[in-house]
Amino acid sequence: MESILVLTHVDEGGSALTKASLEAVTAGKELAARLGASLTIGIVAADRTTAAGALASAGARLLTVSGEAFAQPRYASDAAACEALCRAANAAIVLAPGGSRFVRVAAGVTHRLGGVIDTHITAIGGAEGVEASRWYYRQRVEAVISRDARPWFLLLDAGTHTAFAGEPGAVDVEQVAVELPAMRTTVSGLRTPMKDAQTIRPDANMLLVAGAGWTKKQPDGQTHAAEAGALILGFLHATGASLGSSKSLVDQGGDNQPVLPFLSHMNQIGQTGSTPRHAKGLSTCCHGEEPHVVGWRFIGERRAISLDSNCGWTRGKADVVYVADAFQVMEKVNALLGAAKA
Amino acid sequence: MANALQIVVCAGIVPDPLQTLEPITGASGPGLKNEMVLPAVLDPWAASALYEAANLAAKNPGSKVWLVSLGPKAKLQQVMMTVAQKVSFELVPVDGPIGGFTDAHATAAVLAETIAALPGLDHTRLLLFGGWESATRGAGVTLQLIGERLGITDQFQGVDQIDLRDDGSFEVLERVEGGKHQASVCVGAPAVLGWATGNLPEPRNNPQIGMANMRTIMPALQKARPATLAANGLRYTSVSLPKQQRDTRVVKDKTPDEIASELVEWIGAK
Repeated sequence: MESILVLTHVDEGGSALTKASLEAVTAGKELAARLGASLTIGIVAADRTTAAGALASAGARLLTVSGEAFAQPRYASDAAACEALCRAANAAIVLAPGGSRFVRVAAGVTHRLGGVIDTHITAIGGAEGVEASRWYYRQRVEAVISRDARPWFLLLDAGTHTAFAGEPGAVDVEQVAVELPAMRTTVSGLRTPMKDAQTIRPDANMLLVAGAGWTKKQPDGQTHAAEAGALILGFLHATGASLGSSKSLVDQGGDNQPVLPFLSHMNQIGQTGSTPRHAKGLSTCCHGEEPHVVGWRFIGERRAISLDSNCGWTRGKADVVYVADAFQVMEKVNALLGAAKA
Repeated sequence: MANALQIVVCAGIVPDPLQTLEPITGASGPGLKNEMVLPAVLDPWAASALYEAANLAAKNPGSKVWLVSLGPKAKLQQVMMTVAQKVSFELVPVDGPIGGFTDAHATAAVLAETIAALPGLDHTRLLLFGGWESATRGAGVTLQLIGERLGITDQFQGVDQIDLRDDGSFEVLERVEGGKHQASVCVGAPAVLGWATGNLPEPRNNPQIGMANMRTIMPALQKARPATLAANGLRYTSVSLPKQQRDTRVVKDKTPDEIASELVEWIGAK
């Protein structure tokens, strides 16, 4: 019989479990129920109290590694913590959220335990055993895999399961001791863009994607990067949308071409960027060829504004393509959104 | 020479992103149709790592950059004709299979063994660079596994910046959720850095650098060690292209006002 461990950690605030961790708990409960397996949940936190309480109704054995050394994400301490939790649980299947904290350490922990790992898991199925779905070639090929080796670590992509929400309560938690190596790395903290410059919002309902067309010459023969920037930021402020960009637009800064100053490589989506999950996506001034579309793989409803009626978006990738000038349309959109707010 | 670094960059080769990919299943497992004839490029994030490594080496005299790459010799030679013109490095090729369906653990074992055997490598000065994920398997685990195999326990992923200090310590910015960076200070090498895009543009082709590199690249390719990758029990139940095809409505005859109204309604629709 398989035994399952779900690794979790707390958020930046230091007490509550991250949403991705709670999603992993749901995945663990579902898998344990299907396989008739035992379920253990491991918590990494400076202070375990709130996090453990939130899992009181999960019906699982709770283990924790806690203390000030685990307040911040860092390879040496987090790897030691996860290794200790895994050894204490002795589980065959280890599920963990695929956020930056565990992505940094999970493979290393797997090696220490002599196990195997697969990441970016979007679904766990299988009639009798365990099969995992994941994407290859930057979301262009989908595969279902299985492994005999154990322990098998599966890192789950965010948004693929509902977050566990149980009644908080008092609960027994087993503290697991960790022998930490000498720390050579000190975490200084987070660097957050200024509030007005914050354009990446993973929890937003909508994704706006800006393509290189925004900084190309317009019908008057001139570029209008400043105007483009104002239109894009105006839309983001009005809707709370997250901003994605094509690589070509971000790269322009290095080629001495007109740039949108609030864009960085972190906004990149697609073949060389991220593949965010949002309910809706609006593409502006970019084309819909495959390297770009991989960034849209997990966008629910897709619309695009493009001057090119033969744009790749028209070939079954977007729900609606508006053949129009994005400058004109977005100006009107912002005006309507502003009027609606007023 | 106080900060003379030894930077090993692990970088695979991947199909050009503009190519159409079609998975097929052969006797040895899944692969891509016509994989060996698809134009290939250096893995994009690993290429960022190579450019950052070269930039760091140029700022610290006495430093050296190795590029360790696993792939079929013929494909490596094709890709190196372009990459060699970008920055200076010593190629360490390993003649092995191409593609994303191989097992990361097997790949890591071969690469770690290759790095450990590099002549003149001083482990205490080693910075192990690579992309934080590949554009093939995209698992983001190979570099970590190599690091563990080499006993390196200071690892950073999603790196966009490294600032080396006079005392050999360095500050690293790693991508975390929500468009933020986590800043950390490490006392010095050895360390593993899995790069995201970094901050450097792609260097322009420099034929002089290309000629200098090719003098060592061609002999290295001829002597490339062959490697086979074990499956480690990894089985593929199915490999397929996504089937979702949207019924696109193309709107050509509406004014900007009409389109804006439709979009605002859509944005606000529940």
